Amino acid sequence: MLTLTSPVETPLHRLRAGVKLAALALFTFALFWTRSPLWLGVALGLVIAVYLTGGTIFARHGARMLRPLWPFIAVIALWHLWQDDLSGGAVVLLRMVAAVAAANLVTMTTRLSDMITVLERLARPLSPLLPPRRLALAIALVIRFIPVLSERAAQLSLAYRARSGRAPGWRLFAPVALAALDDAECVAQALRARGGAG
Amino acid sequence: MERSLTHIALFAALIAVLGLVPPLYLAGAVPVTAQTLGVMLCGTVLGARRGALAVLLFLLLVALGLPLLSGGRGGLGVFVGPSVGYLVGFPLAAFVAGWIMERTTLPTFWAATAGGVIGGIGVMYLCGITGMAIVLNKTLAEAAFLGLAFLPGDLIKVVLAGLVTQGIARARPGALLARA
Repeated sequence: MLTLTSPVETPLHRLRAGVKLAALALFTFALFWTRSPLWLGVALGLVIAVYLTGGTIFARHGARMLRPLWPFIAVIALWHLWQDDLSGGAVVLLRMVAAVAAANLVTMTTRLSDMITVLERLARPLSPLLPPRRLALAIALVIRFIPVLSERAAQLSLAYRARSGRAPGWRLFAPVALAALDDAECVAQALRARGGAG
Repeated sequence: MERSLTHIALFAALIAVLGLVPPLYLAGAVPVTAQTLGVMLCGTVLGARRGALAVLLFLLLVALGLPLLSGGRGGLGVFVGPSVGYLVGFPLAAFVAGWIMERTTLPTFWAATAGGVIGGIGVMYLCGITGMAIVLNKTLAEAAFLGLAFLPGDLIKVVLAGLVTQGIARARPGALLARA
């Protein structure tokens, strides 16, 4: 399955995941701490500069990941224009875009396996409550079963079309949920037969 | 033990698969996705504890960088964006929906629908609107005005959650862990 990690190698890819996450936490904290549009502008400029060091393809990919923010940006911009509170609007928008762009930057430059390593380290204090093996197994099961369930949904949809000539629409949800329940029972049995989930 | 684990994992995968369903557009602009239907189903089918854990597992995978939120969104950015409140509300909504399913003796459809309204709309909107108010620096009333655009779509999803839960109860009476 595709992750959001960018295939374009940037210098940030070589940095350790833990370091990037710690830097992101500090940066985000600072963003929510300051109220000056000037500093927030500088922060956003910094994030954009880091994106540009990865080259134009990387930066364009990053801009595409910000697209879901557009409706919010439009509403906030209109609202603050109407209220005649330009600096207040600038603070909100600069902070939001800088925070989301910086977080996306970490996601785009860190491989899934490195993220999971950090997660394992962070989850270690929880091990009496949640054994790391069990968490790892759960993550692997979800990643494996997303394509399995989507394929099942596609088959069920085709079968419905063949019978009725119409698209199934919402009628597909119950059989897909049933497929998930049945698969869960089968996988549980298979795990037990192989010595349990640990 | 294995059964709990596999049910939690498979329903986390189900939320992701429902996020792939192309959204329905109400009034031409407001997208209605099936993803929150998956969140409600986690609660109404698996029950409070397992349902909330399934949603948490799903959010963990999103945070690790998989594009599993509807529209292919994911990564750490969504947890600082304006929709963060809704993401925080996901596991709470599943928990409340599951709790209502477990603790009431209403017929399956009505229990699941009530769970959907209180958990999937009440709790979810409370968290989501508070999150928007904080990130966008607006009052709760102003944020609520933005959030209410999604209400008609969510009412449809609540009824669907009721119907799907009832369908599961009929097809596999023992599989509805919330009522087992």
